[in-house]
Amino acid sequence: MSEAVLTVEGLGVRIAGRQVLDGVDFAIAPGEFTGLIGSNGAGKTTLFRAILGLQRPTSGRVLLGGRPRSRRGAGIGYVPQKFLLDPDLPLRGRDLVALGFDAGRLGPSTRLRRRRAAVEEALAAVDAEAFADTRVGRLSGGEQQRILIAHALISRPRLLLADEPLANLDLRSAQEVVSLLARVCREQGVAVLISAHEINPLLPVMDRIVYLAHGRAASGTSEEVIRADVLSRLYGHHVDVIDVHGRVLIVAGAGDDADLAGCEETVEHTEVIQ
Amino acid sequence: MMFEGFMVNAWEVASIVAVVAGVVGFFTVLRGAAFAAHSIPNGSFAGAAGASLVGLGTLFGLGVFAFAGALGIGLLGRRGRHDAVTALMLVMMLALGALFVSFSSEYAPEVYSLLFGEVLGISANAVLPTLLLGILCLLVVAILYRPLMLSSALPEVGEARGISAFAMELAFLGVLALATTMTVPVVGTLLIFSLMIGAPAAARSFTDRPAVAMALSVAFALAIVWFAIAASYETNWPVGFFVGTASAAAFVLGRVWAYARARMGRRPSARPSPS
Repeated sequence: MSEAVLTVEGLGVRIAGRQVLDGVDFAIAPGEFTGLIGSNGAGKTTLFRAILGLQRPTSGRVLLGGRPRSRRGAGIGYVPQKFLLDPDLPLRGRDLVALGFDAGRLGPSTRLRRRRAAVEEALAAVDAEAFADTRVGRLSGGEQQRILIAHALISRPRLLLADEPLANLDLRSAQEVVSLLARVCREQGVAVLISAHEINPLLPVMDRIVYLAHGRAASGTSEEVIRADVLSRLYGHHVDVIDVHGRVLIVAGAGDDADLAGCEETVEHTEVIQ
Repeated sequence: MMFEGFMVNAWEVASIVAVVAGVVGFFTVLRGAAFAAHSIPNGSFAGAAGASLVGLGTLFGLGVFAFAGALGIGLLGRRGRHDAVTALMLVMMLALGALFVSFSSEYAPEVYSLLFGEVLGISANAVLPTLLLGILCLLVVAILYRPLMLSSALPEVGEARGISAFAMELAFLGVLALATTMTVPVVGTLLIFSLMIGAPAAARSFTDRPAVAMALSVAFALAIVWFAIAASYETNWPVGFFVGTASAAAFVLGRVWAYARARMGRRPSARPSPS
């Protein structure tokens, strides 16, 4: 797959003697929507850091557009999981988006007119025009996230990484973010890689899934990956995949008499993995 | 008269200092680096004391200690929080300063003036070095403006775009050290701190736009310094008193403005932007 936007080959990362990632292989084609699914501590953020060039792999490699990365972060938009914007920060939403246009450059901005047009375009792509003139620190979490997505899009990346954008969002806001990212993916032709610890909100929009457990990954379409045999191999012990009215429950332990009653609400229940 | 003779130097130099303090202070407040902006000037006073002890120029000693302090804070504070490291750098430099002052036979008035400044006693040959260092300072900020802005607001996003947060921190502390070296001999370590925090902290209450906030920060710093010199000249009270109280007053004014604005229920940039 030489035309892949992102190719991860046998990626291994060891941090402080712990094998965080081990032989991770997958590729993302242009314009694909990919979900990186895994529980807390599965290595999602480390994988993102390796893709961004912030974490040196101990084995394997990361290719962007079929080539080793030329310079850090080139061609990748990034929306971090946790960010703290000071409410006193004298910066409007549109100013933060504008910084995405050419923040890497030194000296005063020379392409002001083009930048202004690009800012409007990026704000429109995420429906953020209504609050673009408000201080970013005063915006709600969801609004800040939209501004950050616009900030990432304005540099015209071929790949957009979003680290746990659904964490701490209620179900409805989470669905809004998912459909927004899916729309951005389609309309802007940018490949999206989004990490999440819950699979269900992403099931309707994912072209591909990279399932991470214990530092190892399985990738393919959701039909190929969300199967008892594939996931059991990944986890190293038996897990069941149960379909509940279109929602997927991944349950550990065959003989554990996993009690499913009421588990739809408590997905992080010890026995229900997803 | 207030605008004649040696007073001309005072006006010129203080104005340069105010512009630099307004610009550098804007990023100081933005990055939450007020403690570093307190420690570097205060610690660098020890360098001046040491330099005068061995017969070197105080400006030289000031610069060396300012950059050493900046480097120490940057390197030691590389991981996690800065405050303990900054405090230790300050304490260490002050300890050296105490030692140097105790070694000097007479109580050096020059060292005393470094703490509180000598705006009204500035000689003509101080104007050019201050101007050159000031221009250098502004030049560095102009070059780093965009990456520094992003790295200050969202360090992890900057990192992902290839802007090293560590490099930006070192660069910023370097600018702070440069600003310290040029401003401390004029307004003193205590006053540069109030000027660098009061003006920009007040400015951000009045606007949501970064460029406007920076311009306002410079305007406030200039207004504070001009007012302080004039008031000091008229009353014979220390300049420092007026700089400190005016800075605090500007900040309070900004807060009152922001509060009134919030009570009126409108955001300052609620009108559509021209584009």
